Amino acid sequence: MREPSIQRRLLVNGLFRFAICGLAAAALVPLFLILADVFRKGSGVLSWDFLTSLPKATGESGGGIANAIVGTLMLIGIASLLAVPLGIAAGVYLSEVRKSRLAYFTRLAVDILQGMPSVVIGIIAYLWLVRSMGRFTALSGGMALALMMLPLVVRGTEEVLKLVPAHLKEASLALGVPHYRTVLRVIIPCGLPGIISAVLLGVSRIAGETAPLLFTAFGNRFLEFSPLKPVGSLPLTIFTYAMSPYEDLQAQAWGASVVLILLVLVTNIIARIVITRWKIQF
Amino acid sequence: MENPILRTENLNAYYGGQLALKGVTMDVPEKKLTAIMGPSGCGKSTLIRCLNRMHEMIPGARVENKVFLRDKDLYAMEPTRVRRMIGMVFQRPNPFPTMSIFENVIAGYKLNSIRLKRGEADRIVEDSLRKAALWDEVKDHLHKKGTFLSGGQQQRLCIARALALGPEIILLDEPTSALDPKATAFIEELMEDLKKTVSICLVTHNIAQASRVSDYTAFMYLGELVEYNTTEKIFTVPQDKRTEEYLVGKFG
Repeated sequence: MREPSIQRRLLVNGLFRFAICGLAAAALVPLFLILADVFRKGSGVLSWDFLTSLPKATGESGGGIANAIVGTLMLIGIASLLAVPLGIAAGVYLSEVRKSRLAYFTRLAVDILQGMPSVVIGIIAYLWLVRSMGRFTALSGGMALALMMLPLVVRGTEEVLKLVPAHLKEASLALGVPHYRTVLRVIIPCGLPGIISAVLLGVSRIAGETAPLLFTAFGNRFLEFSPLKPVGSLPLTIFTYAMSPYEDLQAQAWGASVVLILLVLVTNIIARIVITRWKIQF
Repeated sequence: MENPILRTENLNAYYGGQLALKGVTMDVPEKKLTAIMGPSGCGKSTLIRCLNRMHEMIPGARVENKVFLRDKDLYAMEPTRVRRMIGMVFQRPNPFPTMSIFENVIAGYKLNSIRLKRGEADRIVEDSLRKAALWDEVKDHLHKKGTFLSGGQQQRLCIARALALGPEIILLDEPTSALDPKATAFIEELMEDLKKTVSICLVTHNIAQASRVSDYTAFMYLGELVEYNTTEKIFTVPQDKRTEEYLVGKFG
């Protein structure tokens, strides 16, 4: 048997390292190109006025996206109120009862829901809520987004709680703590940073959804705080402005994109910080 | 045996369909240290996990016949009450990572929402930590997280946590198998002190440890209690051939 020389091995090692680092860097390129382009085109219109004022009538210059920002925040709030408690409860169930039939079907259902096209979810929300209530509402938009967020929260919670070591659960049970209290006061607190970041990732996932809002929240050029009225949202604003023939509206679409990207970016970064700062050593 | 604190009667335990304990009848004496030794898989851990009803927490596991704490039938009581009266320390130190040292010690009260007055909590914490020989090392940072301690200290913290509920007996499931020799020696010394105030049942796979620290020793093999006697008799004049073979290292 002939052994390859050490020089050859070092050379191959070097080539591989170079290739891997190069490909890893290449994976970053699209993100930075997108960010650079969006910021270059959008930062021009950004101003306090742009963030806080309402759209002007067509043809008038100026105007802002306050309606869309408020609408998006409302939709995220409604979606979180619906999806977070339900998602955490289901996640706790799946991590505690790993092998029941109900757990099997819940997991299956959640996975299918996760793969559901967002436009279908929008149609369903339209049928169930918009049609039955007779109007477009923030509530129906929030519910559509909640359906998209739910699987992320469920699976995120489940995965995080599965990582909590069994010996901590035993420690609690051996102190005579009932099972439900063990879950509430030992297992969930240990998984809390992970649960929070799963929720935040869910938020950043739905923040940019457009399709389910087209026939639910519908859009609104005015500031609206009632969940039972149609509301605007950043993705819808971007969509309609970008399709419009007016240059200043197209510029505003870029500005709204910057705001939306910042929202998603900041949420993601907070999720990262929560995970690393509050890291619980088992 | 004179006044046993704990007694099992013909105890059978199962994992699913598999019989893991075969008719174990055993008295655990009060304020003594009773060691249960045997090779891996002999059922020694299963036995002590039946004593505080932890065995049944495993899906598919069940227990037949009775365990008495003095004259109370443990299997006729609420499992959570049983576990508050019988403390347990595990193989791996397992302090709660979200809690400080102080909170860990009174975790049995906190998690069960048993209200303690401020002074009472302080007293229980100091008392339990002193009994577990940890007080002097941690008294200046009671509010740091328990997981910053060394392995041996963490294990003593877990002992303090078990003692804090004022149990009649504590069960130690191979408490030193994850520790280095120095921490092990420290815990063995601690057990000698503890047995003056509380009965101890120790599971160990370390023959030397059983001979060093225990008053009574039980030898288990394949789910059976083969022999049970004073430690001196077990180690000098074992009655059963299997015990003798185990002690001289023919198996296990």
